[in-house]
Amino acid sequence: MPDQSAIIARVSEIIASHQGVEGPLLPILHAIQHQFGHVPQAALPVIAQALSLSKAEVHGVMSFYHDFREEPAGRHVVKLCRAESCQSVGADRVAAHAQARLGVDWHGTTPDGAVTLEPVFCLGLCACGPAAMVDGRLVGRVDEARVDALLAEVR
Amino acid sequence: MLKVYVPRDAAAKALGAEDVVAALRAEAARRGVDVTIIRNGSRGMVWLEPLVEVETPEGRVAFGPMTPAAVTQVFDGGPLSLGLTEELPWLKAQTRLTFARCGIIDPLSLADYRAHGGLEGLARAVAMTGAEIVNEVSQSGLRGRGGAGFPTGIKWKTVHDAPGPQKYIVANADEGDSGTFADRMIMEGDPFVLIEGMAIAGLAVGATKGFVYIRSEYPDAIEVMTEAVAIATREGVLGASVLGSGKAFDLEIRTGAGAYVCGEETSLLNSLEGKRGTVRAKPPLPALQGFMGHPTVVNNVISLASVPVILAKGAAFYAGFGLGRSRGTIPLQIAGNVKQGGLYEIAFGLSLREIVQQIGGGTASGRPIKAVQVGGPLGAYLAPHQFDIPFGYEEYSGQNALIGHAGLTVFDDSADMLKLARFAMEFCAIESCGKCTPCRIGAVRGVETIDRIGRGDPSAIPLLTDLCETMKSGSLCALGGFTPYPVMSALTHFPDDFSATAKEAAE
Repeated sequence: MPDQSAIIARVSEIIASHQGVEGPLLPILHAIQHQFGHVPQAALPVIAQALSLSKAEVHGVMSFYHDFREEPAGRHVVKLCRAESCQSVGADRVAAHAQARLGVDWHGTTPDGAVTLEPVFCLGLCACGPAAMVDGRLVGRVDEARVDALLAEVR
Repeated sequence: MLKVYVPRDAAAKALGAEDVVAALRAEAARRGVDVTIIRNGSRGMVWLEPLVEVETPEGRVAFGPMTPAAVTQVFDGGPLSLGLTEELPWLKAQTRLTFARCGIIDPLSLADYRAHGGLEGLARAVAMTGAEIVNEVSQSGLRGRGGAGFPTGIKWKTVHDAPGPQKYIVANADEGDSGTFADRMIMEGDPFVLIEGMAIAGLAVGATKGFVYIRSEYPDAIEVMTEAVAIATREGVLGASVLGSGKAFDLEIRTGAGAYVCGEETSLLNSLEGKRGTVRAKPPLPALQGFMGHPTVVNNVISLASVPVILAKGAAFYAGFGLGRSRGTIPLQIAGNVKQGGLYEIAFGLSLREIVQQIGGGTASGRPIKAVQVGGPLGAYLAPHQFDIPFGYEEYSGQNALIGHAGLTVFDDSADMLKLARFAMEFCAIESCGKCTPCRIGAVRGVETIDRIGRGDPSAIPLLTDLCETMKSGSLCALGGFTPYPVMSALTHFPDDFSATAKEAAE
């Protein structure tokens, strides 16, 4: 875990690299999350000052979007699509299986910190569902056996 | 030398394209064959992905669905060989105008793009005045492919006529509707067509800057588009002098952050500006006060990607396809529980029955079709007795339905329509931006009310109907305003699923 001053120094660099960008807040938040795996609290006042916003406004933006995390995720992130097309081919069943296997609900992380399970509403794989994204890798036609195989890979 | 095509499309990758590429390379090395593998876009036949093609003197020969274990067939032939790709009936029956190059060319080869008719529209636009370009698009009858169906030419004219030193073009690539993947496919398979369409829009209305707002759930599309913009800028398609015209147009790729509502144009603009993605009240129209308060064209990806062919072949050519006031072609996305799912571009006018039964081949499970949701999570569930209406904007609105972004999700008879109606309300509650009360509170009450019905309380049904009326007429945008479509269509066409006694009798 980097200390506060290291976080602030890196955040300041990221902000500086976005000079001249129109509407820079989302690109900055994405870059910070890419760097740290989440958006550390310590980053918010730095961003607020640089963009002439209140800290509350920055927090408001960050918390509006599902992508930005206040806390780090598990070492691996498994996203399962919950949307209609995937439901039509058994996504609910697959999700229930994954939750039972991991012993966590949506947004939960296994106690060993290995896997975070998240819902996603559409990966654009609607003709080959149920769809999943495992650490950024897309997987189509996921069934219970496939879930077991994917979880075995990451645990 | 053997030239082989393996799609880099996200669906092909999700079905194992990377493993197939590795296996192909290993097999070629084992045989001592010199192989060139081109990562093309998808042809749209998702059930055959990964669809591998081999170049032969007769044309490209398709193999699929390919697996790593079966790659020897690419060299020796075998049961996975499907014959000449262009002769496959599913592909041959289509009218590919917007997707003409998708799956054929190397998406990141500008030379390939030019060789297949790319940049002809932009070259023509460069020699025209803005008003002439706007007129050409108006004459084509092109309407917004994102769902609203607003005439693209009128939107462009508003921005063209608006005074202002700075104007913008924004491509809405926040394709969050389940059952849709046309934007993703075109961005991954033919990114230059979107770039060309946006540059033409820029010339038409006098905008010098554009943004493509892509949802974060589409990492492959973001990667391809980013690279394509860099290539187009380097080659003078974008930049200070578009195709040497002396007119500037620059493009920037922006990534969304997982908010469905940002597919709504005003919410998208707030997000681009770095704000919470809340919906803005209209007026003012984004065409007059859009990004940073400047006149802005916000168009769906497919609308913009359809512009180059209109400019290249003329408005009359494009308007020659379609029916009624729905002109041109529409990329149908056939999804869900369907045997032959994928992208099928064709003139407006097909019946739903033709689309899901003949083209889609019925359900993947082999069971009867119970319902088809047309137009994404905010679209109505259509029952088999409605399957004869022709695919067109007015034809669908006449049935209390909408074509939306032309995604069709097929459900077999195991679908529980009460559960799907509940999901529509739950989704609206999760994704509501919170600005207006009918959506923010209504969706939560909607879930509770449907739960009451599910527990066997029929007195909650009129309450749900009333709530849907309020959401429909009182919401600020389509999220709260259209969630009643799936809910009410499920309730109207599948009343048995909302009746405890009928359910018990069935079980």
